[in-house]
Amino acid sequence: MLISCPYCGPRDLSEFTYQGDGNRTRPDPASTDQQAWNAYVYDRVNTAGDHHEIWQHSGGCRAHLMVTRNTLTHKVSAVAFARDAGHRKSDRHRMSGGAA
Amino acid sequence: MAEYSALSLLKNAFSGNRDWKPAWRKPDPKPSYDVIIVGGGGHGLSTAYYLAKEHGITNVAVLEKGWLGSGNIGRNTTMIRSNYLLPPNTNFYEHSVKLWENLSHDLNYNVMFSQRGVLNLAHTPGQLDDMARRGNAMRLAGVDSELMNPAQIGRLIPALDLSVGGRFPVVGGMMQRRAGTARHDAVAWGYARGADRRGVDILENCEVTGFLRDGDRVTGVTTTRGEIRARKVAVAVAGSTGRVMQLAGIDKLPIESHVLQAFVSEGIKPFMDTVVTFGAGHLYVTQSDKGGMVFGGDIDGYNTYAQRGNLPVVEEVMSEMVALFPGLARVRLLRSWGGLMDMSMDGSPIITTGPLPGMYLNCGWCYGGFKATPASGWCFAHTIAKDQPHAFNAAFTLDRFHRGILIDEKGQGSTPRLH
Amino acid sequence: MSPRRTDSGGRIDRQRSIRFTFDGKPFTGYPGDTLASALLASGVSLFGRSFKYHRPRGVMTAGVDEPNALVTVLKGGVREPNIPATLLEIYDGLTVVSQNHFPSLGFDIGATNQLGGKLLGAGFYYKTFIGPVIGPLKGTRFWMFCEYFIRRAAGLGRAGNEKDTARYERINAFCDVLVVGSGPAGLMAAKTAAESGKRVVFADLEPRLGGSANWSGETIDGMPAADWAEAAVTELRQNANVRLLPRTTVWGYYDGNTLAALERVADHKPNPGKGEPRHRYWTIRAEAVVLATGAFERPLVFPGNDRPGVMLASAAERYAAEFGVLPGRKVVVFTNNDSAYATAAALKKAGAGIAAIVDVRREVSEAAHAAALSVGGEFLAGHAVVATEGGAKLSGIKVQIFDAATGALSGEPRSIEADCLIVSGGWSPVIHLASQAGINPQWDDARQAFLPPQPTQNWVGAGAFNGSFSTEEALAEGHAAACQAAGTVDGLIEALPEVETPALRSHPAPVFEIKAKGKAFVDFQHDVTADDVRLAYREGFVSVEHLKRYTTLGMATDQGKTSNVPGLAIMAEALGKPIPDVGTTRFRPPFSAVSLGSLAAERYGDLKPERLTPMHDWHIEHNATMYPVGLWFRPMIYGDPGETVEQAYVREAKATRETAGIVDVSTLGKIAVQGPDAAEFLDRVYTNVFSTLAIGKARYGLMLREDGLAMDDGTTWRLGQNDFLMTTTTANAGKVMQHLEYLLDVIWPDLKVQLTSVTDQWAGAAIGGPKAREILASCVTGTAVDNEALQFMGIVHGEIAGAPVMICRLSFSGEMAFEVYSGACHGCHVWKALMQAGKPFGLVPYGLEALGTLRIEKGHVTGAEIDGRTTGRDLHLDWMLSKKKPFIGSAMMDREGLMAEDRIKLVGVISLDNRPLNGGAHIVEENNPDEPRNSIGHITAVCYSPALGKYIGLALVKGGKSRHGSRAFVADPLRKRFGPVEIVSHHFFDPEGKRMHG
Repeated sequence: MLISCPYCGPRDLSEFTYQGDGNRTRPDPASTDQQAWNAYVYDRVNTAGDHHEIWQHSGGCRAHLMVTRNTLTHKVSAVAFARDAGHRKSDRHRMSGGAA
Repeated sequence: MAEYSALSLLKNAFSGNRDWKPAWRKPDPKPSYDVIIVGGGGHGLSTAYYLAKEHGITNVAVLEKGWLGSGNIGRNTTMIRSNYLLPPNTNFYEHSVKLWENLSHDLNYNVMFSQRGVLNLAHTPGQLDDMARRGNAMRLAGVDSELMNPAQIGRLIPALDLSVGGRFPVVGGMMQRRAGTARHDAVAWGYARGADRRGVDILENCEVTGFLRDGDRVTGVTTTRGEIRARKVAVAVAGSTGRVMQLAGIDKLPIESHVLQAFVSEGIKPFMDTVVTFGAGHLYVTQSDKGGMVFGGDIDGYNTYAQRGNLPVVEEVMSEMVALFPGLARVRLLRSWGGLMDMSMDGSPIITTGPLPGMYLNCGWCYGGFKATPASGWCFAHTIAKDQPHAFNAAFTLDRFHRGILIDEKGQGSTPRLH
Repeated sequence: MSPRRTDSGGRIDRQRSIRFTFDGKPFTGYPGDTLASALLASGVSLFGRSFKYHRPRGVMTAGVDEPNALVTVLKGGVREPNIPATLLEIYDGLTVVSQNHFPSLGFDIGATNQLGGKLLGAGFYYKTFIGPVIGPLKGTRFWMFCEYFIRRAAGLGRAGNEKDTARYERINAFCDVLVVGSGPAGLMAAKTAAESGKRVVFADLEPRLGGSANWSGETIDGMPAADWAEAAVTELRQNANVRLLPRTTVWGYYDGNTLAALERVADHKPNPGKGEPRHRYWTIRAEAVVLATGAFERPLVFPGNDRPGVMLASAAERYAAEFGVLPGRKVVVFTNNDSAYATAAALKKAGAGIAAIVDVRREVSEAAHAAALSVGGEFLAGHAVVATEGGAKLSGIKVQIFDAATGALSGEPRSIEADCLIVSGGWSPVIHLASQAGINPQWDDARQAFLPPQPTQNWVGAGAFNGSFSTEEALAEGHAAACQAAGTVDGLIEALPEVETPALRSHPAPVFEIKAKGKAFVDFQHDVTADDVRLAYREGFVSVEHLKRYTTLGMATDQGKTSNVPGLAIMAEALGKPIPDVGTTRFRPPFSAVSLGSLAAERYGDLKPERLTPMHDWHIEHNATMYPVGLWFRPMIYGDPGETVEQAYVREAKATRETAGIVDVSTLGKIAVQGPDAAEFLDRVYTNVFSTLAIGKARYGLMLREDGLAMDDGTTWRLGQNDFLMTTTTANAGKVMQHLEYLLDVIWPDLKVQLTSVTDQWAGAAIGGPKAREILASCVTGTAVDNEALQFMGIVHGEIAGAPVMICRLSFSGEMAFEVYSGACHGCHVWKALMQAGKPFGLVPYGLEALGTLRIEKGHVTGAEIDGRTTGRDLHLDWMLSKKKPFIGSAMMDREGLMAEDRIKLVGVISLDNRPLNGGAHIVEENNPDEPRNSIGHITAVCYSPALGKYIGLALVKGGKSRHGSRAFVADPLRKRFGPVEIVSHHFFDPEGKRMHG
């Protein structure tokens, strides 16, 4: 299996570390919504088909990549930096708020 | 249907083996059953068998999407053991070993349970202490285990390089003598025949395409062979749990599907008489009765529903194999294959009522499903029949993750690829 | 000159002879011979014994599909079992033995298994050996008793225990086009791709490229096919863009068009050349692949079809044409298609007599008819072979009239004398690799064969692989496939080579089995007969996978290359269904068996790297016993002569408490956490607050996982406003780094923080004890180390012996202690300087055992307690769980299961019988030495405490603190230890910390 790292180009599976389901959103750090936390830590979509997942290029640039890969065929259809994945909002503000 | 015995074998040999009957019937689906079991693998079949045998529930159908036993029951490395650390696991797997010990008689089918022992190798004193913790936990629960020193290990397995290339010298090991191997396919066929003889319908090529619902309640399934109703619908499809449960509207579970590769070498004359696991990596090895070295290592480590893996794991496993057994460098790999693992969030299984009314779920077996086959079916049958778990599976709930009552044998937390 | 060897032709070099031994007997052959060809030339017909019935077997094929002629190659004491004689190239000194017999190949007691006959049909072992329900053989015992004998009868060759001294190598290759198979189709594809300027890798498992061109006897472009192939190969060899890989089996097709191949670099040589490995394992990443893997000829199933002397037609032709060996002098041909007629002609031409051609078809093509007449001998169309005669060597056959439509035999069987029977049952395209990278193979009625599936990866097929069996088609398809693979729409070559070939078609009559009395083999190696297949049918094992698993058809070392389709055909007939309805086998890697050593490659003999600290050599020189910690090595003790481990660590620990000790802590994980948001980041990942930490100070921190359980601990040093140095435990260095990187990159990409692993950049030495400060003061320059300048948890910079150092006053041992960090390249220099400075004070180096002793006395936790199942509270680190801020794990750590009363918690234990405790022992409440039950916890770490004069340990016990002062028992049945312990606080020694605060 090859994953095209946006920095390093197409690289072999053996250079990457799988970091799991990329569909999960971490709740607000100050959130006390236990259900949301449980879902974040334990529940997985486990899709049969195109799956959004995070891989770290641990044997290369060490960036985390948001990879769209088909779990039936192993075909990779999209790779982006995880930090650009979009649905993640900054929680700097709330984090500081929590500390206050 | 005739009992199997040396006598029946002789009788049939005289008639040119023309009178043997199918090991199980191939009936058409009835419109409804008391219990439907989705999944004609080891666990589904043993569940059906014990429902009939232990609970007298025989109006049961087992639904298999392909050919019977096509999943992990026919893809594993055949090892059986109860050498677990945490009490819920120790007790459950020990119950399983006890069922294994009498299984061939019980089924009138030789599943070839060979109690040749499972030896875990330790390569540092600290690791040996960790093993002792586990072995003592077993002994305190009434399960056999013992420590072995390198000299004893060398006598038991002369082919083993005790120095592991000088890199990870063996300092000792933990042996469970009652552990061993069985013939995996025979287990599926034996349970299928046993269940069938008690009236269970085994429906092959019958893929579930949806669940029938009455409100929340599950009342049956739609299949490629038509609609089938049931009072109780049990799901035992480890490896495909995500896919099947999605059909019931459950789109998130504490499970990821991963592929585990397994390997067999060409047949060689008896080389090793026990099962061995390597402690400075991840490798487990046995030798089949046909002579092939049967072995495996880590899962590939990414979500997949494809029953095939990739080369990094192959290379890792082979390098560990020849490090332990340098004499095998010239023996050749004959075949490799992949099985789908339900990797749960703490590495332990789920056998429970629910998550919907009328539904029962058996999943999350990680690497450990084969050895669990008898106890899994036995406990699942109890859970289905009584609508509550047996003490042996009471801890294997679905809500334990959220509640933090984890059964984390390896202490890896919610990173399934590490269990 | 051997009677079977022809005078000229073939790939062998008759000028030189090669000596080898088979079962101890000397033989000679020629360079270019395989073991099979050389032995056949010498008149040997018996090569091995079959798996189950131990029947005598000869050579059936000339290639990788060989089921029968398996041998063991000996290299000194190193054994290589199960090697097909058909692939084994001979060399001087080759030593080969036959296998699976006792006492000898000629007389094998195991052959008495045949008397079991129908008793030992498919799956017989499932129905018996169950044993009695009671008595000494109850349970699994009877089966295990039987299994002992079954295992010894089964298996094939014997592997040795001796270490293989060969070297194995791995290599990566990248190319535009990988061509697999070098027959006319592959050769044409490689030529075309090469001419288009593409980077080409061209692999074939045979030593000589050219495939069927080497033996077909056809004419291509006006020259013998073999010459044409040789010219084409020579041209390719000169092309810098082309890499030729003969003796290379492409065996696996993995994701991303990654193919795995095995090159047998030196198996054909007495010894590998200088720097040469025995095998080379290739991973080839190809833009596109041309599969031109050809087709395997199939045998026919009829009684006695396994007798030595029965051979596939194509194999006979190869032996004659490629090796100059006549498989027989009196040959009978038995076929269901035309291709064997060409073989008959070739054998005739090579000097064999054709006694008869037996064809199951009543009507044959004109070309076939003409060929039959030209070779002479009887022509028996509409006949079938119903038996073979002879012992371990064919002496004749029996034929009968046969109706191909009904399978009915009629007339009286008639004997024909023959020393060789060549058989052709049609051809099966070699679609194994395609099956690994495709959906389902497609059945083709005309060819009676499975054709390649739809690709799921980027490959194109050509030639016989596609079912296009003629050389003309092969050349055209090879060219077209290469154009497609190279992305060239129009063909590059104006005219394809012209082929002269007899108009014989390989499309067979749909006849697979001749039903007559006697054992008719489908899977030769595993002894699966046609009756076994029908037994499987009767017992309901009808799907292809059930058939395989129940009868073991296709599970032998040849992986069913010759038996797959005949087996399916017999099952299909029993079911009354078309063949594809029985199912198709999915072929899995490897295509043919691959040495385990090659896959380990460079890791064979060198499994994992070793991580050594800068002071490693010093430790060794000073009698350190090294202890592996992950990939690292650390001193366990520095043993004096005659000391036990316990004596050594007690001495070291005692000296540390009384004067001073020094320990190498270079293996601790070290991560530079830098940037404007570094303090904020640390607040989020540690349970306690770091943003308030002053510059030049360090703080102990605890990290949880997201699920609220403890993950790791260590100190983090604030070196500047935006500059922290985090330390982790040795074991978790990599894991913590990945955890932090994930959080920064995925969860908080807006935080301005950089992480750098600096584990290998810093060497560390921890020096502690009452004299530690004096020692430091005597050797550190550029800074004071007194209480003013260097307070507890303070950091200073200075020099030791000219090397810059960073010193932090922190203590794991509980003593007045300092961690001295220097650049790794100065590590040993600084260490030696410290040792030198400490000499007058009695400084001793100490190892992990003493380190453990000191920390156990202090009740500090490590990986034995932070084992992934414990919480901060379980370890009494509640005080570190900040209530002022959220942190990783804070939201999950209060769940009911993690707060439960019955969790095991950290305590201290003291042995009350003055005997040592063991790590991994359990704690129980009841005094029941013989059968201890009901564990309430376990011991995580133990030592003899010189400070207390007792054997003590840390333990995780239910109830934790509430048991302080109570008695319990240590239960360690594995090491036969049971005895009373007192449960106490884990702070054994100096709980107020007076010593380290000074």
